[in-house]
Amino acid sequence: MATETPTKAGKMVKFIITRQDSPEAAPYTEEFEIPYRSNMNVISALMEIQRNPVKTDGKSTTPVCWESNCLEEVCGACSMVINGKPRQACSSLVDKLEQPVRVAPMSTFPIVRDLVINRERMFNALKRVKAWIPIDGTYDLGPGPRMAETKRQWAYELSKCMTCGVCLEACPNVNDRSSFIGPAAVSQVRLFNAHPTGEMNKAERLETLMEDGGIEGCGNSQNCVRSCPKGIPLTTSIAAINRDTTAQLFKNWLSF
Amino acid sequence: MKGNSYLTRKIHSLLGVIPLALFLVNHAITNYSAFEGGLEGFNKSVALLNGLPLIYFLEIFGIFLPLFFHGVYGLYVAYQSNWNNSRFQYGRNWAFTLQRISGVITFIFIVWHVYQTRYQVLVGNLTHEQLGNQMYEIFTNPVSVVLYTIGVLAAVFHFANGMWSFLVSWGITVGPRAQRISSYIWIGVFVIVSTLFLLSIVAFRSEEFAETASAVRTWIG
Ligand code: HEM
Ligand code: SF4
Ligand code: FES
Repeated sequence: MATETPTKAGKMVKFIITRQDSPEAAPYTEEFEIPYRSNMNVISALMEIQRNPVKTDGKSTTPVCWESNCLEEVCGACSMVINGKPRQACSSLVDKLEQPVRVAPMSTFPIVRDLVINRERMFNALKRVKAWIPIDGTYDLGPGPRMAETKRQWAYELSKCMTCGVCLEACPNVNDRSSFIGPAAVSQVRLFNAHPTGEMNKAERLETLMEDGGIEGCGNSQNCVRSCPKGIPLTTSIAAINRDTTAQLFKNWLSF
Repeated sequence: MKGNSYLTRKIHSLLGVIPLALFLVNHAITNYSAFEGGLEGFNKSVALLNGLPLIYFLEIFGIFLPLFFHGVYGLYVAYQSNWNNSRFQYGRNWAFTLQRISGVITFIFIVWHVYQTRYQVLVGNLTHEQLGNQMYEIFTNPVSVVLYTIGVLAAVFHFANGMWSFLVSWGITVGPRAQRISSYIWIGVFVIVSTLFLLSIVAFRSEEFAETASAVRTWIG
């Protein structure tokens, strides 16, 4: 039975949540009314539902599942579609959201349960493009070359990517009919190619983007750059890597 | 570097500009001569083009095959995207979707238009000199005028926005400022080239083109 909410003011926030019981199950929506607290975010609303999983119609239900870690928009785990836009639940303040708040999983990714998605494809993409700097060896390689401060400044912006998946969700070319790797990994190639030591593997990274599912999948909708919570200049990265892959293409042709 | 989607897509992109975009602009100018120079001006332009050496070779390898490749692969590229304009109502996202819709419209329009013109010449129903008259006949039907207007605007949009994308896809316009200036330029080109085509539609509807050119002779290519 629905218990009367204990708040004095009685102000309630309405949530409409898209749920799914298992990866193959059909999605459905459920409505919740949650007592308002000042400064609450979507995560604290979900926590409230977890404590008291009762729908607006008074019937009880299973608690809604979601993922979160850092609660400060740096881990990327809590990405979901909130009022139509993919973003982090932890930095989505209820005061700033239109009601009812509609919450749905980022369905570009396989759905595990409710709002929990599997972002494995993003981590695989980072492995594919070798988004790291290989410095392991059997002896001390000594200090690497220095990076120019001007370069470090823009490269730092690219390093803020938290693999949250928002840019893939926003991209019309990331879907079941396309093998496009997505904007995030392309930008990471630019980051690691910018590093003076990482640059030594530049050609290798570019060449993985010149295979099926590589950079050619970008169709310039530019939704990614408008959606990235970290303000990463994704379309600049894509165009810069377009330039580098084009140069690599001619280099490969002329040096067979 | 074996055949992969990167290379295919690069060829698709390059063919969109060389020769297709060049052909489209040339076509706009040729047609505009109907507005500027009337029947005589138009026929001169047609004769000039058909007087080019190796014209059949140019038509097949310079237009037909590139168009076929770009068009068919373009349909596949269009099929691979999931439009999401209701969720992301940004100008560039609309351009993305319109690029694909205009590609499909252009494809259908070109098939119809080539059937009405070049194909009729090929099978001997028309001579090059009768093409101006053929356009007049087509435009006596107001539905055709509307369909041609839609087809032409779609093709020109596809060309202009395609040029914008091309500059990004080859890493020529990299930063946001370069891309913004590029969009102003291509909007300008869209307006100019569309105007050329629309004015030629107006011209083909004038009485001058009603008369079939008296000397019916086949142009030797
Ligand atoms: C009048 C003939 C045509 C011209 C002048 C033309 C020109 C272009 C140009 C310049 C591009 C830009 C290439 C790039 O993005 O790098 C392009 C892209 C494209 N074209 Fe065409 N095109 C024509 C016909 C077609 C047709 C018939 C289709 C069939 C649907 C088509 C489908 C596409 C698609 C889907 C793209 C988008 C590529 C992207 O942005 O990812 N085009 N076209
Ligand atoms: S680039 Fe931005 S939107 Fe894309 S995964 Fe990284 S942080 Fe998220
Ligand atoms: S919980 Fe880490 S980004 Fe939201």
